[in-house]
Amino acid sequence: MALIDLANPTRFLSLSGRALPWLAAATALAFAYGFWLTAGAPDDYQQGATVKIMFIHVPSAWLAMFGWMVMSIAALGTLVWRHPLADMAAKAAAPIGATFTLICLITGSLWGRPMWGTYWVWDARLTSVFVLFLMYLGVIALWRTVDDPTRAGRAAAILTLVGAINIPIIKFSVDWWNTLHQPASVVKMSGPAIHPTILLPLLAMAAAFTLLFITLHVAAMRNEILKRRVRSMHMMQAEAAPGR
Amino acid sequence: MNGLGALFLRDIRIAIRIGGGAMIGVLFFMSVVTLMPFAIGPDLALLTRIGPAILWLGALLASLLALDRLLAADQEDGSLDLLTMGPAPLELSVGVKALAHWLTTALPLVIASPVLALFLNLDLLATAAVTATLLVGTPALTFIGLIGAALTVTLRRGGLLLPVLILPLAIPVLIFGVAASNAAVVGPVTFGTPFTILCALTLMSLVVGPFAAAAALRAGQE
Repeated sequence: MALIDLANPTRFLSLSGRALPWLAAATALAFAYGFWLTAGAPDDYQQGATVKIMFIHVPSAWLAMFGWMVMSIAALGTLVWRHPLADMAAKAAAPIGATFTLICLITGSLWGRPMWGTYWVWDARLTSVFVLFLMYLGVIALWRTVDDPTRAGRAAAILTLVGAINIPIIKFSVDWWNTLHQPASVVKMSGPAIHPTILLPLLAMAAAFTLLFITLHVAAMRNEILKRRVRSMHMMQAEAAPGR
Repeated sequence: MNGLGALFLRDIRIAIRIGGGAMIGVLFFMSVVTLMPFAIGPDLALLTRIGPAILWLGALLASLLALDRLLAADQEDGSLDLLTMGPAPLELSVGVKALAHWLTTALPLVIASPVLALFLNLDLLATAAVTATLLVGTPALTFIGLIGAALTVTLRRGGLLLPVLILPLAIPVLIFGVAASNAAVVGPVTFGTPFTILCALTLMSLVVGPFAAAAALRAGQE
């Protein structure tokens, strides 16, 4: 089945309607497995039980970037192939990506409080995730400001692609800025390699979170299609109304 | 080529005549820099240390404020539609418009910055460094801003949205602008390293800006 077969929204609705319960079930199963593994994972000898925040924090960080990637591919679909579902995919992905970015920031600062003694440090990694969060909010704001969905889709697609070009540059500049300002960083990930007892739950949780993202994304796309139908029905109704 | 030249001259003439508001940006820049000592105190040593950052922030805000007039006036009187349908590629036309905009709004900021540096107790070397970085860095701000202006030109509430969209993209320019200015005075890196990266950012925005802005304008006209 080619991607173009999904171009018909009705077809997408029926296909995704059948797939959604399975996706949701797979997500629930993956989370159950992930939580079971997480509960069995040993505490860190230095960080204690707080190391388990990582099992939510790291997958959220991965999905924060995955979300923008989905939006960029969808933006190409909007601008290059004019795929009718592409801008719905982009619109649906933005709030989900923003939420995962926020979860990443919140869990990170909750972990930072006992570990670093402060909720926030202007560390390169934290700062670039925060900038990513601001960019997500900018795209959402653009979606909400343009009233015509097709035009909003084009504008948001251009902004998303410009953002995709700029994200590596911003990351690089923030790294530079950070090394210039505070040479000894608090975060050191290059410690001993991650032990399998930690790595396995982490991978399971990453898979579960990715499944959750896909489930939410498909559901949000369905909502968006239905919302646009309601919108055009309203407009047809207004046009047919007497006294016009 | 003639048409583009005429467009360039027209934009500059409109900007410097009454109602064009080319100098208001400089006035704003001066006001922001004047506010800073009131906020942080008249400590000259402190002002010397953070002076480059203050000047860069002031220039960034001033060039942002001017952006919503970059395309809006042409959208209102319909000449933007003529540009879209005209013989010259839209990418070149908006590039020329942004260049004229930079000359009339950002170049005055660069010229004013040595005077303001005097108020902030910057020495000669720091003043030269800030002026040089502003001269090289402000085109990047204008051309990144061009994308935002094109995205928001047809919106009723575009004025407030524009800075929100543009500021995250302007972070690298700010970082390397301030870093190069500081590097000239205190180090630890040489002035050349961040300054060259700043030049690279400007060159990149000169390429990306017009193409993205033209695409945004075409999408908005349909």
